[in-house]
Amino acid sequence: MAKIRGAVTVNSERCKGCNLCVVACPCDVLDLMKKEVNNRGYHFAYMAAPEKCIGCQSCALVCPDACIEVYRVVEK
Amino acid sequence: MENNDIIKIENRVYKKPSLLNDSHMHYCPGCSHGVVHKLVAEVIEELGLQEKAIGVSPVGCAVFAYNYIDIDWLEAAHGRATAMATAAKRLMPDKLVFTYQGDGDFAAIGTCESIHSCNRGESIAIIFINNAIYGMTGGQMAPTTLLGQKTATCPYGRRADLNGYPLSITPLLAQLDGTRYVTRQSVHTPANVRKTKAAIKKAFQNSMEGKGTSVVEVVSTCNTGWKLSPEKANQWMVDNMFAKYPLGDLKNVDAEKKD
Ligand SMILES: Cc1ncc(C[n+]2csc(CCOP(=O)(O)OP(=O)(O)O)c2C)c(N)n1
Ligand code: SF4
Ligand code: SF4
Repeated sequence: MAKIRGAVTVNSERCKGCNLCVVACPCDVLDLMKKEVNNRGYHFAYMAAPEKCIGCQSCALVCPDACIEVYRVVEK
Repeated sequence: MENNDIIKIENRVYKKPSLLNDSHMHYCPGCSHGVVHKLVAEVIEELGLQEKAIGVSPVGCAVFAYNYIDIDWLEAAHGRATAMATAAKRLMPDKLVFTYQGDGDFAAIGTCESIHSCNRGESIAIIFINNAIYGMTGGQMAPTTLLGQKTATCPYGRRADLNGYPLSITPLLAQLDGTRYVTRQSVHTPANVRKTKAAIKKAFQNSMEGKGTSVVEVVSTCNTGWKLSPEKANQWMVDNMFAKYPLGDLKNVDAEKKD
């Protein structure tokens, strides 16, 4: 069966750590950095569980700062 | 398959719209304004209207919208965006002309311009961000503030006997003959973001086709003014705002004609 795999990139300097992408993701892929911050002092989002991503774009759609790019492939 | 094999340009299904500048947006983390800016940029890009679009930015948090979306902009005095948009559209009828206004701008100080522009049926699109508060100036009560809602100027909650009732202006505009399309949307979930994008697209197409006024109200959050986290602000909006400001189309002349 074909399997859909996704991945996202987060523009960590643009990210404001609002957490809305983390909440929107149906697969619990994303989280905010616990300690590390960007230049503006925000705990930015990252893929905490990359293997779970299905490339559904939910995170990117709700991101107020357009930080997230989404990639999607169908694994044969 | 590793992440590096997936992250390739040919697999990309979502990217930051190119009309959204790289400049850092001043909005608070989680603010609805950012999402709507992104949608405006996406729609203009998809319609190929970057050379034809003229936005009118308001006084309010969105005052710097002209720094963020790479199109032509006018900056209006507080509340007068639809009056400026009227002039722009009449002088250049082939342009896409839209305003982007908060509730303090659109439904308080600008009420007169807002109502009469819609009543005249100017072929402009109005994007109306209703966060029930004056965000930019520190979270004061707006006409749209809900009964019981606490703000800087009604710290014990809005009272009808003292402060009057919340103003739901969009249904009033739907009654006017000049409006073609009036809708109320939100951007708190992926599905709602998609719907709002479709609404903005329709409003912009109506402006291009000279079909009269389109109003897209976006029921929004101001998590800083409401003193909640972005996530809790979304929930507060669902629990409190949607009863007074229910989502959906209020008027769609084109859909009615098809029936
Ligand atoms: C003539 C005039 N009156 C008052 C102000 C102060 N002022 C600036 S923004 C604002 C309200 C903004 O609220 P809203 O339109 O709801 O937008 P938001 O900031 O919430 O996005 C006010 C009253 C002003 N700049 N000019
Ligand atoms: S694309 Fe979908 S599954 Fe992947 S991180 Fe974003 S919301 Fe989660
Ligand atoms: S939604 Fe955007 S700004 Fe907010 S944490 Fe996620 S990537 Fe950062």
